Amino acid sequence: MALIELSGIERSFRLGDTTVHALAGLDLRMDAGEYVAVMGPSGSGKSTLLNLLGLLDRPNAGSYRLEGRDVTTLSPDEQAAVRSTRIGFVFQSFHLVPRLTAAENIALPMTLAGIAPAERRRRVERALADFGLAQRAGHKPDELSGGQRQRVAIARATIMQPPLILADEPTGNLDRHTGDEVVHLLEELNARGVTLVVVTHDPTLGARARRQLVMEDGRLQHDSGDAAR
Amino acid sequence: MRLADTLRFARDAAAGTPLRTALSVLAMAIGVAAVVVLTALGDGARRYVVGQFSSLGTNLVIVLPGRTGTGGFNPATAITATPRDLTIDDAAALRRAPAVRRVAPLNAGTSEISYGGRLREVMVVGSTAEFVPIRNFELAQGEALPDDDWNRAAPVALIGAKIRDELFGSRPALGQLARVGDRRVRIVGVLKSTGQGLGMNTDELVVVPIALAQALFNSNTLFRVLVEAKSRDAIPQARDQALAILKQRHRGEEDVTVITQDAVLATFDKLLGALTLAVAGIAAISLAVAGILVMNVMLVAVTQRTAEIGLLKALGASGRTIRLAFLAEAAMLSALGALLGYLLGQAGAFALRQAFPVFPAVAPDWAVFAGLGTALATGLLFGVMPARRAARLDPVQALMKH
Repeated sequence: MALIELSGIERSFRLGDTTVHALAGLDLRMDAGEYVAVMGPSGSGKSTLLNLLGLLDRPNAGSYRLEGRDVTTLSPDEQAAVRSTRIGFVFQSFHLVPRLTAAENIALPMTLAGIAPAERRRRVERALADFGLAQRAGHKPDELSGGQRQRVAIARATIMQPPLILADEPTGNLDRHTGDEVVHLLEELNARGVTLVVVTHDPTLGARARRQLVMEDGRLQHDSGDAAR
Repeated sequence: MRLADTLRFARDAAAGTPLRTALSVLAMAIGVAAVVVLTALGDGARRYVVGQFSSLGTNLVIVLPGRTGTGGFNPATAITATPRDLTIDDAAALRRAPAVRRVAPLNAGTSEISYGGRLREVMVVGSTAEFVPIRNFELAQGEALPDDDWNRAAPVALIGAKIRDELFGSRPALGQLARVGDRRVRIVGVLKSTGQGLGMNTDELVVVPIALAQALFNSNTLFRVLVEAKSRDAIPQARDQALAILKQRHRGEEDVTVITQDAVLATFDKLLGALTLAVAGIAAISLAVAGILVMNVMLVAVTQRTAEIGLLKALGASGRTIRLAFLAEAAMLSALGALLGYLLGQAGAFALRQAFPVFPAVAPDWAVFAGLGTALATGLLFGVMPARRAARLDPVQALMKH
């Protein structure tokens, strides 16, 4: 079954007098367990696409079916519930809460979802061990290196065990070596069945994905999945 | 989000900006402290005055010559407009009233008292034996004025404690002959010191029989008649009976004014109660200002934490969760401020009581509750707007603010 089905998606912004079409007539389908890289120049609409996939943004027209369910018509709070359990986000600038420790940052989605403290502790401990952060549990983000911060962010994105992870330039703020580590982590998650969508400028990172989407002016320029199918 | 988590989240968020948090807590604290201290002052003033009035005596009805109140047109007053004076016989007649327990006619003026070459000016009160119990005075030494014919000017006097000290020093005063005005009187008693009473200080008072005072001041009228009713419930009857008797004695003319202590007390009570309320209202304005400050702080917090709000939304926080987190923060600021202000205010009232022991500066319970309640309510009310603004932020825009 398709995890994601987009059909006829339109998204436009008004900038002063002009209307910018960030996405135009987009049809896209992704199956569960895929590893997809979205590439393209700045302003090609790849971030808008990621926001749309993450239910952070709504299309002006078209439909978005996530796991077979039309999610474009949901209320904001229903969409929040979908984000909470079905989607994990990894951002270029990590987006950790500075006053919370690494463990608290990882637990944040569970805290927001109202999961019991004992269960939270159990899952955070396992995540800290899995991501090699056991020694860093009590550290604040400003006491962590960039690679550690992104590992905390990935641990946070997976703590609710979502089937879909959306990563926006996950290595953009990291050096080559730590960037590779982070990519390996994400690929391990994908190997365990999590659908991974990575937005990137980096052609080498993009080339690692099994399927590449190239966007330009809000349209799909190239989809390597078409050739395989 | 669980309640405990919401509270912890709000606490950490508030602790993240210590200066801003401290300032808004301080503003709220000052507001609540102002309410507590100002109402303590107002209510203290009320209780002080009421206490002073109560010390005049209990169940008192006071008869004054002349008519000061307004009444309907009376043909009798139209013919003979001059009011009659109150006389000793008028006062004696009041003793017949069934609701009256005791009567003390009163005449007062200043004169001189001298003994053994020492002389000083004093306030002389002419009255009867019953003056002392009616005014709740007590004798420290000796005995009361003779309880015989009121028209007999027995040459005796009671003196205040300070006058005894000044005239007689350590020598015994009882039985000594002193001069009051142009009369020689025997000191028969010394009044116990009661401190400052409204307008009359027993320490510097000389009390002589009413007839003697009239002779001293060369008048045959009375300044007041103090009437004590048999009980608190009998006060209105005593008032009506006294009025009826005097009207009859004055040929149907109602040319006296009868006031009850209760009425005077109630007036003062009402007046000063209103004053306390007004002062509390003024203090409440500072609370509203503090509430607006909390709102300001929360609005700044929303702006500064826009990226964080966007993140929380991306992580699946509903609008309600975010609204509650910000409301909890505002409530915490105001609750902490209110608590601090309460302690500050009570400390201030305590300091006032220490500085002025006679002044009962205690904030009334209603004011304390109203102050705390207003603080919490304004804090929450002004927290709603920032919280709603936070909850309505567009997650994409908010995340891009990073």
